[in-house]
Amino acid sequence: MLKTRIIGVVLVREGIAVQSIGFRQYLPIGTPEIAIGYLDRWGIDEIVVLEIDATASRRCPLADRIRSYAQQCQVPLSVGAGADKVVINSAIVTAPETISEAARRFGTQCIVASIDVRLEADGTRMAFTDSGVRPTGLTAQQLAQRAEGLGAGEILITSIDRDGSQRGYDLELIQGVADVVRIPVIACGGAGHPEHMRAAMRCGVSAVAAANFFHFTEHSVIIVKQYLKSLGEPVRLDSHATYRSFRFNDAGRTGKRDDGVLEALRFHYVPEERI
Amino acid sequence: MSRVVIVNYGMGNIGSVANAFERLGARCLVSDDPKVLDLARGIVLPGVGAFHAAVENIRSRGLDDALSEQVLHRKKPFLGICLGMQLVAKDSVELGYALGLGWIDGHVLRLEPKPTRPVPHVGWNEVRHHSDLLFERVQEGAHFFFDHSYTLQCGPELITATCDYGGEWVASIRKDNILAVQFHPEKSQRNGLRLLRNFLNFIDAD
Repeated sequence: MLKTRIIGVVLVREGIAVQSIGFRQYLPIGTPEIAIGYLDRWGIDEIVVLEIDATASRRCPLADRIRSYAQQCQVPLSVGAGADKVVINSAIVTAPETISEAARRFGTQCIVASIDVRLEADGTRMAFTDSGVRPTGLTAQQLAQRAEGLGAGEILITSIDRDGSQRGYDLELIQGVADVVRIPVIACGGAGHPEHMRAAMRCGVSAVAAANFFHFTEHSVIIVKQYLKSLGEPVRLDSHATYRSFRFNDAGRTGKRDDGVLEALRFHYVPEERI
Repeated sequence: MSRVVIVNYGMGNIGSVANAFERLGARCLVSDDPKVLDLARGIVLPGVGAFHAAVENIRSRGLDDALSEQVLHRKKPFLGICLGMQLVAKDSVELGYALGLGWIDGHVLRLEPKPTRPVPHVGWNEVRHHSDLLFERVQEGAHFFFDHSYTLQCGPELITATCDYGGEWVASIRKDNILAVQFHPEKSQRNGLRLLRNFLNFIDAD
């Protein structure tokens, strides 16, 4: 069966990986390549690199920078351009013909339409471009349907309000979009606990994505996947370390194991496979 | 002499295929030159993109005759990846109709979306394989990364692996020296590397 993907998002601003909070505040993490390399080794299913100042300064992400991102990973990589998939945000509105053209030439599976959504005071969920500053005048559902019609192969839906909040995904938004398109939907924005991902998986999505969340702890990807797998969720857990015999605490983190288990581990050596 | 030539026909992300072979320590060359194909010991046809555009690019570079010569007549080990698998079929209905290389008796049809089955089929799926050399040391039900909207239909004698996505679909095929996979081994972490290593071993045994 097809597994629900866990996607790691790496936000890059002025060449450094950052954590984003509400699309307004940014905390530095470090070199993007290192963040990508760790996500890959921890068994992430896919990586999305968003250069969040690319649109602001009207420049294309540099080809050699993308090449160096790609060298760090053996999973699919989506970037602004030149990787396995292309993520398109503002162009859905400003240059729709480029999406159709790219879909015709490279196939729809290469185009990821990224839609940033803000919950308005009247309860509508409106789509924004240019890092969340320019209103499109369309609802998330309307823009998602438009992107699908233009030939996008996937929709990455990000809640601006939930971004960096660790309060969980905007489930109503995600369900609403998943209901009106026939292409895969990726939920993003607000993950702070593996349970949030579990809740999003109930909304008809093909993948759940997180950025900040994966940067906080060692082996974060493996721990999230083991947590979800132990509750019967269809996730891929192929990494060498699995945390299978660990217990999880209320924060979704691994608890300390019994001394007896740790003692036995001292003599358990597993040589690495040479492929 | 390069061991593996990755055919560059102006489509898709060839860099990641080359990266994966380099990780395995294999000498590989990316080229669209028929003369370079002549020196290859094994040929890889990667591919991301639309079928008709790929066929046009291959024909306009004179690669169709060169590939047929190397693969069909000189029987060099061949690995088609994703679109590279579909291109060896007779034809495809992707965005109209186009003829493929016609090396195997098969047709490329649209994967129709259903309420529980969005299309493209994208993500990590379990692959059921039937002890083909490509899947040596790869566990039954191992995960590989798929990303496609069209699918190959061919006779069961060619199929070496399948996957389940609201129905059973072709994941890999083999006809003599022609090996091909629908998924992306170069994006499938360790399972993908194992598969590519098996292809290199097949070249060495050739």
